[in-house]
Amino acid sequence: MSDDDKLEGPETAVEQPATAQSPENVPVPEETRVTAVGERHGMFGVRGSGDTSGYGGLVKPTVFPSPAQRPYGGWFDTVADGLDGLVESVVIHRGEITFHVARENLLEVARRLRDDEQLRFEFCSGVSGVHYPDDTGHELHAVYHLLSMTWNRRVRLEVTCPDADPHIPSIVSVYPTNDWHERETWDFFGIVFDGHPALTRIQMPDDWPGHPQRKDYPLGGIPVEYKGGTIPPPDQRRSYN
Amino acid sequence: MATTDPYAASEAETSQGRVFTVTGQDWDSVVEGIGSGETDERVVVNMGPQHPSTHGVLRLILELEGETVTEARCGIGYLHTGIEKNMEFRSWVQGVTFCTRMDYLAPFHNEATYVLGVERLLDIEDQVPEKAQVMRVLLMELNRISSHLVCIATGGMEIGALTVMTIGFRERELVLDLFELITGLRMNHAFIRPGGVAQDLPPGALDEIRDFIALMKKRLPEYAALCNANPIFKARLEGVGHLDLAGCLALGMSGPVLRSTGYAWDLRKTQPYCGYEDYDFDVQTWDTADSYGRFRVRLAEMWESLKIVEQCADRLAGLEKAPVMIEDKKIAWPSQLAIGSDGMGNSLDHIRHIMGESMEALIHHFKLVTEGFRVPAGQAYVPIESPRGELGAHVVSDGGTRPFRAHFRDPSFTNLQATSVMSEGGMVADVIVAIASIDPVMGGVDR
Repeated sequence: MSDDDKLEGPETAVEQPATAQSPENVPVPEETRVTAVGERHGMFGVRGSGDTSGYGGLVKPTVFPSPAQRPYGGWFDTVADGLDGLVESVVIHRGEITFHVARENLLEVARRLRDDEQLRFEFCSGVSGVHYPDDTGHELHAVYHLLSMTWNRRVRLEVTCPDADPHIPSIVSVYPTNDWHERETWDFFGIVFDGHPALTRIQMPDDWPGHPQRKDYPLGGIPVEYKGGTIPPPDQRRSYN
Repeated sequence: MATTDPYAASEAETSQGRVFTVTGQDWDSVVEGIGSGETDERVVVNMGPQHPSTHGVLRLILELEGETVTEARCGIGYLHTGIEKNMEFRSWVQGVTFCTRMDYLAPFHNEATYVLGVERLLDIEDQVPEKAQVMRVLLMELNRISSHLVCIATGGMEIGALTVMTIGFRERELVLDLFELITGLRMNHAFIRPGGVAQDLPPGALDEIRDFIALMKKRLPEYAALCNANPIFKARLEGVGHLDLAGCLALGMSGPVLRSTGYAWDLRKTQPYCGYEDYDFDVQTWDTADSYGRFRVRLAEMWESLKIVEQCADRLAGLEKAPVMIEDKKIAWPSQLAIGSDGMGNSLDHIRHIMGESMEALIHHFKLVTEGFRVPAGQAYVPIESPRGELGAHVVSDGGTRPFRAHFRDPSFTNLQATSVMSEGGMVADVIVAIASIDPVMGGVDR
């Protein structure tokens, strides 16, 4: 390497402006950091055979919408004020607001949402379970949709519990309509709703083994033969993700 | 040799006491058994799941004291088909084909709530063309008429009003004919797709719809004339299955049951979707909170739906040749596939294009149909007003080409919880009326 090739640069080091002068360089606060739950490999999600697309090494994280910062705008702040101190994080996505609540606070949150005059969420649309096997420590999610007919507002509550300890308090005492919904979520996901009056299976037979809508439960099915060709069941077909 | 009666009741001793199995109409041994004094007055009757009056495969466990129901419980799950789980293994567009089969009396509503959720996640709610929205409303309102007709028809049949059933199914057939004309199928249409609808209106459809409206205007008053002031009908329905507003909200009841308490809550008005804010209609209520009120609400709602259908037809007349699918080529399928004269579901122009003119178009078609489109990660819940109440799909995406999770909040499932509170303390015969007034559809309850 000759002297002419040496890297050129300014004579003196450039002073970096302090973060106060360049807010865009401030590190993202911890609570709004994007966290990935799982990742997607390759271009098409091919498994078991070679990926001929040339993108077989591609790794893309699965990222859900990140938490929002105050002010949330409009009535979102009113509801958030009513739940002050009980909410872990707030996600606003596509105009819908989701309150992530720790399971020990769920009953108190539900009670406040129903009884507070500024909130008045009289109507619960039930609970929907979601299983995220890659969200370590928070594998099972219970998602509640609540409706305030007084104010014509909708919110979503999301509560998580680990696979190893699948317990979430029941809110049947606040919203009796959740009786069957919680039974269904127990049936399909194995979330135990503590305090439910009679947590038994509702859709599957009483002696059914396992909880069918968990991601680790196979879809089942048998190969179908037609005119000499055999088509594997849907979960074993070559498919995209 | 004594002939054995295949319908005779049998009995067995169990740890729970004596159990009688009655399959036919012979209750002699049951009556004897009770009369013998060995058993107490309490009888637990297992009604269904194969009983013509339980509105499908619904099992009722009734504890009776004489003819009075002291406890009523539902057993469900006989029609569970794992639709939600199956949807996780198909593309977003194929999901429509599954969810249309849930509440089989309101297929368009199942499709619509799922599709609206997907569209919200895709952030294309504003890009769905006007004609597609009008067609969705048209089909949903026709569907509401046909669903209410079945409710009134089967409800009538269950209390012995067979004429109500025959005329109810007669009119429903007209609606199904319209569905067949527009979508090609009488049920399980999979017609509402993310981004629009699958097909444009066929030629002549508007005339058929107008004929239907004219005919229904003559036929709908027949129900009122037959039932509204009929003393037998009223005696069976009035005061039966009572549930007031507080009870409705606690139990999450929606739809005609909620509106029969006098509360005008209808998502089409309060949280409009698919452009319902542009139509002129009223929310129908009644103030008796009983089965008769629910019947009257449904009857009046059919008139309102007819009004909306009429407005849709007028709007569609001005939207001839307008697009019915979103313009975004990454979501809309590349051709309007239609059954040709050769019976194949292909568009010859499109095949000429992809096979002869453009390799890129062929690749695009192949990718879109086999792989499908990706939906950004997140979750959405866009409930709509189905004939039975709030129907919503909780749609979760992890950014892939298939739903990560699709959960349906079906109003039949939720409303059926009111069986106990509506029928306990009443007569056995009133259980049938109370359940008919909830109008549960087991396909939606069990999914």
